Amino acid sequence: MKITRALLLLLILSAQASTAFSQDLSAEVQELRKLLGEVQQDYQSRIASLEERLTRAERLASGAKRDAEEAYEIAEQTSIDQSSGLALQNVFNPAIGSVIVARYGNVDQSWEAIPGFIPGGEIGPGGSGFSIGETDFNFTSNVDPNFFGNLTLAIENDGGETKIALEEVWIQTTSLPSGFSLIGGRFFSEAGYINKFHRHADDFSDRPLPYQAFFGGQYIADGIQARWIAPAALLIELGAELNWGGGFPATANNKTGPGAVTVFTNIGGDVGNSNSWQLGLSWLSADIVNRDDGNNGDSFSGDSDLGVFDFVWKWAPDGNPTVRSIKVQAEYFRRHEDGVFAGIPYDGDQSGWYLQGVWQFMQRWRAGYRHDVVDADNGPLFAGTILEDLGSSSKRDSLMIDWSLSEFSRLRLQLTNDRVLPVTDQQLFLQYIMSIGAHGAHQF
Amino acid sequence: MTLLTPLSANALNVFACEPEWGALVKELAGDIAEITVATTAFQDPHKLQARPSLIAAVRRADLLICTGAQLEIGWLPLLLRRSANPHIQVGDPGYFLAADFVRKIEIPKLVDRSQGDIHPQGNPHLHLDPRNIQRIASALAKRLTEIDRSGSSVFESRLNDFQDRWSAAMLRWEEESASLAGLRLVSHHRSFSYLAAWLDLDIVATLEPKPGIPPSGAHLARLLEQLTPNPPAGVIRTPYSNEKPSAWLSERLGIAELQLPYTIGGTDDVVDLFTLFDETIRLLKEHVN
Repeated sequence: MKITRALLLLLILSAQASTAFSQDLSAEVQELRKLLGEVQQDYQSRIASLEERLTRAERLASGAKRDAEEAYEIAEQTSIDQSSGLALQNVFNPAIGSVIVARYGNVDQSWEAIPGFIPGGEIGPGGSGFSIGETDFNFTSNVDPNFFGNLTLAIENDGGETKIALEEVWIQTTSLPSGFSLIGGRFFSEAGYINKFHRHADDFSDRPLPYQAFFGGQYIADGIQARWIAPAALLIELGAELNWGGGFPATANNKTGPGAVTVFTNIGGDVGNSNSWQLGLSWLSADIVNRDDGNNGDSFSGDSDLGVFDFVWKWAPDGNPTVRSIKVQAEYFRRHEDGVFAGIPYDGDQSGWYLQGVWQFMQRWRAGYRHDVVDADNGPLFAGTILEDLGSSSKRDSLMIDWSLSEFSRLRLQLTNDRVLPVTDQQLFLQYIMSIGAHGAHQF
Repeated sequence: MTLLTPLSANALNVFACEPEWGALVKELAGDIAEITVATTAFQDPHKLQARPSLIAAVRRADLLICTGAQLEIGWLPLLLRRSANPHIQVGDPGYFLAADFVRKIEIPKLVDRSQGDIHPQGNPHLHLDPRNIQRIASALAKRLTEIDRSGSSVFESRLNDFQDRWSAAMLRWEEESASLAGLRLVSHHRSFSYLAAWLDLDIVATLEPKPGIPPSGAHLARLLEQLTPNPPAGVIRTPYSNEKPSAWLSERLGIAELQLPYTIGGTDDVVDLFTLFDETIRLLKEHVN
């Protein structure tokens, strides 16, 4: 508006002839100047206010961005807190899991000792009918940045009496350098392949004959285990165990030194994406003091040396066991014992082996076959005792089929042709194995 | 198991549980890292065992990178204990879980095994949302610097380069996938929830009656009945899922059945994180749209 006025004035000025109205002219110029000055001020103040608004807007925008980021972080943290908040009260509690098993058996000719072998541990096919098996309670937790602890209680109802056994209780180092680790306490020995697994993880309803004859089902040591893994692409593991305990086949000798020593090695790797394998070799050397035959009061004392060779191979198409997979495993045991039994010098060799294959033929279903054998060559001097040589080896054949609806539940049917005793027995077993609580580990 | 880069004297040994993290480490560390990956696209990470080759690989690792959210709960804790490696235990700088850096979806209200093999912290298949990859990449670069200070300039420049390329790629993917919004699909397992959240897909049902429980005849029959009046566009699954249930349902509904690459190596064309999303979007548009 002011510009228009100014222009208009200019026009009038120029329209008016250049007659010397000098006083009017200077007055007009003054007015023009004043107008221009006002215009300039007007626009300057507008620009200033716009700049101010812009700065304010920018500040608001960056504030809003910060708020949004913070809100996201808070939401994130809340969701993390909420999901772990469910267990905030128990946040340092150990992981607790339990395995519940039961079995129905049809056994005509049960046995509790294998001919030619002093029995120990828990062996034999058991009785007929329904029975609840051993219930395992497992507790694991980190102790602190340097140690990890594991405890397994096995609770069993044996003839109406409830027995609680400390199956495992050990601590393991977690911060030793260069591939070393130590375990101390009561632990499953690394001798053999399946010895380190809990029995409920087995593919058959009982342990193979060599495990029953030589380990009483499972060889559990009380002492220390040291293990070293080589820095290689292939797994190369070396270890040794010192055992002071009396868990069969060792005996509690009440000496300062360990009653049994084991050395072991495992080597394993992959072949392509579909195959994995592992080979193991172990040597168990024990000083036996009064291994009781549980029968006549006869006992064995002497040296015992046992070697075990084990092998396992697993296949799945592209390494994916979702629908199909195959597992083949075999173990060979050979033992030499030298000492005195029931006052008679004893120098004998025993051996045993098993071969088993498990084939997952469709999702959730597996079928398995196992052949197991043990043989004792005790010599002719032990007729009438538990070490009597009956002239034939003990053998079995087992067929099983199992169904796992999820990885936490399993149902199994097993048929066994049992030739441990001179009489052949056809046995049938139905069992369920259920895990509750903390997720178990997929051991190889 | 794959070895992604050749051995070299001062390499950073990295153990990646899944191929997507191996690929991310490759982007950020390049030749500095010697990467071993525990699984392939054809293996279900839930089902892995702590086999000898993995124990040996973890034993040598300077950095262990896994998904977390209990995806590897069946084997990772055992692997950590048996590997006797003090640098990659839980809480160490060498222990990196991608799930710690992103917001999880599908957090279960009821945490109980009756609901299947569920993950209490939420859906762990979190790599199929590129916004998650962005956040994890930044966190991973920081962690790589923490473990290997000498490589920090390399990690930073590679991170910046990666993020530039990644944001450009994201814009392109969002443009290309605009037509997929609202697409109705059935999935074998809840493997694609994060992809669906990003692309605005609608996963109307899973073939599994509950997570981790294999599809049963009864459940498939029920799904068929439920979906026949308004069938979805297709059935999607990962390379490691059993193809029979998808084939059954897609045939009876007359809809497409599509195996998505899911991770690196899922198809021959998926060689890195960029081609993973390129191919996934292309396959969805080609077969199901």
